[in-house]
Amino acid sequence: MSDSPTIAHDAHEAPHHEHPPYQRHHFETVEQQADATNFAMWLFLLTEIMFFGGLFTAYLIYRNWYYPAFVAASHQLNIFWGTANTAVLISSSFTMAMGVWCAETRRKGGLVLCLVLTFVLGLVFLGIKTIEYSEKIEKHHVPGFHYSLNSFLNPDSDEAAKAAGDKPMPLDMARHTEIYFFLYFAMTGMHALHMIIGIALLGFMIFRAQAGAYTAGHVTFVENFGLYWHFVDIVWIFLFPLLYLISRHAN
Amino acid sequence: MSEQTQHEAKHGEHEHHVTPPIVYIVIFATLLVFTALTVGASYIEMGVFNPIVAILIGVVKATLVVLFFMGVKYSTKLTQLTVGAGLFTFLALISMTLADYISRAWGRW
Repeated sequence: MSDSPTIAHDAHEAPHHEHPPYQRHHFETVEQQADATNFAMWLFLLTEIMFFGGLFTAYLIYRNWYYPAFVAASHQLNIFWGTANTAVLISSSFTMAMGVWCAETRRKGGLVLCLVLTFVLGLVFLGIKTIEYSEKIEKHHVPGFHYSLNSFLNPDSDEAAKAAGDKPMPLDMARHTEIYFFLYFAMTGMHALHMIIGIALLGFMIFRAQAGAYTAGHVTFVENFGLYWHFVDIVWIFLFPLLYLISRHAN
Repeated sequence: MSEQTQHEAKHGEHEHHVTPPIVYIVIFATLLVFTALTVGASYIEMGVFNPIVAILIGVVKATLVVLFFMGVKYSTKLTQLTVGAGLFTFLALISMTLADYISRAWGRW
């Protein structure tokens, strides 16, 4: 790594050489440390891809088997809230990216502002998700003993189903809407859990950033948290069309 | 900054890349436009192409996020290879699983 004789000499003279406080002893340079940490973060994200990949695969298989049930069930989702939440999440990714830039260019005030904005947008996302979940609870669309097939057997009695022009479904197909809602809650729930973890970390980072922790040349934590936050955004980028937009055009 | 770190900064394999805000702003606007596009496309009857268009727009959006927001475009070769390997493994697993589900009942009807 060190092609300069001065550095090689230094290393021999003083094994416990001078280095910034945030550089661990087992790394030769700060850059090597940053690269290794970045690599580790990506390995973690790969396990996350595999984790969500399993859910997406289950979704694809059931969607192919019970397509009419999936179409009718997806009409129960509110497209306005879904689109709004997509915009909120993309905005939060943008503020996070700007936060990384502020850390890199050592703007403490800007970094704190960006982290606070990301934190607030994350909460807005969860708030909208709560509105959507409570709609499902009210209509008994949560899988389980109290699951109701009414919206699918008598679509005329249900506003959303009527607006989408749904036809009454035979009982055996209508029953499969429960699988759609199971996947809906599993996927958006797992996504929301990731958001909650991210928001908790953001709260911690806001205090650290105020103390100047990330604007003194060591940006690894902010950068790697940014990777996590953007990953969660990507999961939603696929969840949104797959769950909300299966078939919105008139039947 | 100590002399040592100055040396290292000079002799490092690559400089730490700082993406300028204008890039983030352009990507942000593009992502919002694609979100509107994917909602609009779902209201148009395209038959079998509806899900294909939805997935394609999703892939474009995800690629923009990975390359620019996550900075993979400017990352080390190791990171780029890691991302590529992850994507490849994911696609291999998903296509093998789907191939099984599609073909397991062949010849039985």
